[in-house]
Parts: sequence; C-alpha cells; structure tokens
Amino acid sequence: MKGKNFLYSQKVAPYVFVLPFILSFAIFWIYPLITAFTMSFQDIGAIKTEWVGLANYTKLLKDKVFMIAVANSTKYMFFTLVLLIPFPMLFAVLMDSNIVKAKGLWKAILYMPALTSVVISGTLFRLMFTEYKTGQMNIISQALGFGTYKWLKNGWSGMLALLVVACWRWTGVNMLYFLSGLKSIDSALYEAADIDGASAFQKFRYVTLPLLKPTTIYVLTISVYAGLAMFLESYMLWAGNSSPNNIGLTIVGYLYKRGIEKNDMGYACAVGVVLLIVALIINFAQLILNGTFKKED
Amino acid sequence: MKKQRTLSRSPKRIALTILGTGFFVILCLIIAFPIVAGLLASFRPGTELIRRGLALDFDISTMTLANYTYLFGGNVDSQKYFMWYKNSLIITLVSVVLTLLICYFVAYGLTMYDFKLRNLLFTLVIATMMVPFEILMLPLYKEIIKLHLIDTYFGVIVIGLCSASTIFFFRQYLGGLPKDLLSAARIDGANEYYISVKIILPLAKPAFASMGILCAMGAWNAILWPLLVLKGAEKFTLPIGLNTLLTPYGNNYDVLIAGSMFGILPIFIIFLLFQKYIIDGMTAGAVKG
Repeated sequence: MKGKNFLYSQKVAPYVFVLPFILSFAIFWIYPLITAFTMSFQDIGAIKTEWVGLANYTKLLKDKVFMIAVANSTKYMFFTLVLLIPFPMLFAVLMDSNIVKAKGLWKAILYMPALTSVVISGTLFRLMFTEYKTGQMNIISQALGFGTYKWLKNGWSGMLALLVVACWRWTGVNMLYFLSGLKSIDSALYEAADIDGASAFQKFRYVTLPLLKPTTIYVLTISVYAGLAMFLESYMLWAGNSSPNNIGLTIVGYLYKRGIEKNDMGYACAVGVVLLIVALIINFAQLILNGTFKKED
Repeated sequence: MKKQRTLSRSPKRIALTILGTGFFVILCLIIAFPIVAGLLASFRPGTELIRRGLALDFDISTMTLANYTYLFGGNVDSQKYFMWYKNSLIITLVSVVLTLLICYFVAYGLTMYDFKLRNLLFTLVIATMMVPFEILMLPLYKEIIKLHLIDTYFGVIVIGLCSASTIFFFRQYLGGLPKDLLSAARIDGANEYYISVKIILPLAKPAFASMGILCAMGAWNAILWPLLVLKGAEKFTLPIGLNTLLTPYGNNYDVLIAGSMFGILPIFIIFLLFQKYIIDGMTAGAVKG
C-alpha cells in the first residue's frame, strides 16, 4: 500500500510520466551518439576491433571521394536554401493576399508531393530525366533546340535533377510554414502602414519580412539539416547508391556506402562525426548572425 | 477575414485576381505533373515506361487496366505486394498509437508539473532534434543487432517512439490548457494518472489528430531505417518492397507503377480528410520559433 501511495504522489508522478523519454534518450540517443564518436576512433573488423586514434580522420582528409561527397552535399544545401526560402515566402505572401481565389485547393495540391514516398517520387523523376528523347526534360531541351541530353550522367544536370526533386517536394511545405507565420502578424500593422502611405514593397520590407523572422529561422534550420543530410533522393534518382563519377554522392550516401555496403563502420562513423560538426557549426553561425542569442528588446 | 472595401469590383482588381489565381493554377499544374503522368502511365504496360520515360499521354484508347488486374490478381507478385502493404499498415498503425500515447504522457509530465529536472529534460528534448538521425544510424544499427531486434517490426518502431517533435507539439498544446483543471480534479480526490487519462487527454484530441496524421505519414513513407532493419522479404514495408522492384531490366515495372500509385492512396485519403489538422500540426513549431 505504501508503494502505491509513493507512486501516486505529486512528487513522483512527473518522473513516471517522463520515464519513457529518459529511457529512450539514454538507449537510442546518447548511447549511439557516444558510440558514433568512439567508433570513429576504431577500426572495426569482423573479428576484432582496434583503437586507431585519429587514423580514420586523417584518411578522410585525403579521401577524394569523400571530398566529392562533401562538395555535392554543400552545393545541394546552398541551392536548396536559395530556392526554398525566398520563393515559398513570396508564394505565401501572394497566397495570403486577397487576389487569390480557391486557396484551399492550391494549398492541398502544393502539399501533395510531401505525402509521396521518396521511392515513388524518385522513380517518377528518374523517368522524367531519362536520356531517351521522350523524357520530359529532353522534350523541353529539344523544343529549345538543344537536342537530347544525358541528364543523369553529367555533374551539373545531376545536381539540377536533385534540386528539381527538392523544389517539387518542399515548395508547398515551406509555403505553408510561411503562411502560418503570416497569419500570426497583426493586421493592424498593415493598416497603420496603409495610413502612412506605404507601398506594397515597403510593407513587405518593413512589416512582413522582420515579423516573419522566427519562421524564416525555423525553415532555415531544418533546411540546413535536410540539405546536408540528403541521401534518399539521390539513392532513388540513380536507383541505388552509385551514380556515374559519384555525381550524386552525398555525405550520408558515403556514410551508408562505407558503413553498410563495405562494412567499414569505424570509417563511416568518422564521416558521420564530420557531418555532425559541420551541421552544428552552420546552425550556430546562422543563429548568431540572426541575433538569436542577443537579449530580446 | 478582412472585408475588401471599395475596390472589389474594379477592372484593376479583377485583372489582379486573374493574375494571382492564374499563378497558382500554373504552379499547381507543374507540381501535380509527375503524379498525374505517373497515374496515366500506370494504365499502360510497364515496358512503355522503359521505352518512353514518363510520357504525358492522355490517349484513352491505348490505356488498359491490365497492370491493376495483375496487381489484384492473386498471383505471386500480387501476394508479395499485399504482404508489403499489410506490413506497412501494421507498422504504421502500431507506431502511431504507441508514439502518440508515449509522447502525450511525456509532454504531460513536462508541462503539468514543476519538478527539478523539468527544464533540463526539455532542453534534452530540443537537443535530440539538433542531431540528424543519419549520424546515429550506424551505431543504432549495431545496437539493434545486439538487442536481437534486427529483422523485427519492433526494431523498426522502437527508436522513434519518443519523437522529440511530437513531444514538443503536445507540450505547446497542453501548455495552453488551464492548470486549474488539475487542482479541481485533485480536490475531488482524483489521482495523478486518472487526471492525465480521463480529464486532460480528452481535451487534447485535436493535438492527437494533428500528430497522428503526421506520424502516420512518416511511418508509411519511412525508408532509410526499415531498409537497414528489415532483412527478410516477407517483412518488407511497401517502400522497401517497391524499391526491390527497381531492377535495371525493368521487368517488374507493371507492378511497380501500379503499386506505387495504389501505395500513395491511403495517405492521400487521410490528407484530404484531415487537411486542417495536418497544417496545424506541421506549423506549430514554426510560428513561435
């Protein structure tokens, strides 16, 4: 009876509630995170595991394929930021205005790609970027007088394909994020701007943009991570983890290749640690640049 | 809703409306294109896909239901496909129910009580969102092997049960409920667990709806982790199974294209039914930053 009262007390109950999180955090987060670090200093063979110090990291620095993967992931992240923040923001502003009818329908259609599994969308886009002349991209390029092109066999066009998939999947989602940010802006501010005779551009520049900042930071943060950690889009676009001359290889793709396909877990974990450090640096940099750590005024 | 005042019928206004709406019509046509083209292609032989790519061909006379009759025909491929479909349904359903309950109770504990570790624990919830899953993937894989959970549904589900974003959303939602409810119930003699289940949980139904749909979408479409954990073809989920059909020879493209389109269906239906909740759930984190 005493045990029961103990569990039922207001002091103990919160710990019972949060217990699953503590367990899950310890077992499926902190433990693997620490293991990722320790494994990155090891050579993990089938029979025995050896400590090799920084050998995995020094090897990484000289690894040309890894450099290609880093370059691809960074390029992809950069272009997704350029494409998937300003445009969805403008689309959201337009959607929020009163010159658009049937908004619900457009929002639903624009969200559809996010519901589709990467396996399916990757397959559809691979068919559209086919080198045959009936693929959509070749129809367009022929119409413009360029003839057919091997889209998925050349570096720049491979990246273009990845970016097209990214824009297709995320434009609608990011637009909805910005739309919900816009909804939280007090319309009295726009009325005040009207009274002051502000133009549409001035209203956007001095009211909308600053007040959308929390949403922009959120979208920026998830986009940095999603961009750096992109893997499945490339995996599906090239039907497997190998693209000609590694044009579609990403950091996580390389991690998967070394860790799972070649069973070189120690080296793969070093790749993962580098990815983590890069992701954290970029995020802290943008948080500082955006003044998140400054005192609120 | 803002009422449009004087200009609502002027020619300038009408022209602007046509431009604004027209912009979204064009954008939506572009966005819908791959899915529409895929749907049309699913009514033609798979060999056409290999030969012509994803052609947009509205010619009804060359369409056939053959891919679908084959898919539903009860043959070997059909049995395989619906086994994957069933596996995906089971995994989705179980993981959604467990994730929602666990995350609700964790968020409840973090919101309704003032206790020593509260802020620390909430910081840890946020911290787990800061590390991409892909970095933990390999150590988790080794761990799952050690725990003998490899090639089991539980191994697929277990790592995501305490989803940080779900906890975060429930906490936002529960934070908006009046705490007087708790003290009133305590005065009536209700114990802590009774309050959390019988009094607060029914009030959180909209939050359950939002998060349930987002979790279902995630589980139905998950690829990377199930691809690592599930080894036997009889345990595959739908995306993993469809992925195995992607041979370079394309001999399976009939099943692949029809199966892909039929695989999108459950999520599309859920989305159309619960659209409002999805948008609420997804944007909860974005407004408050």
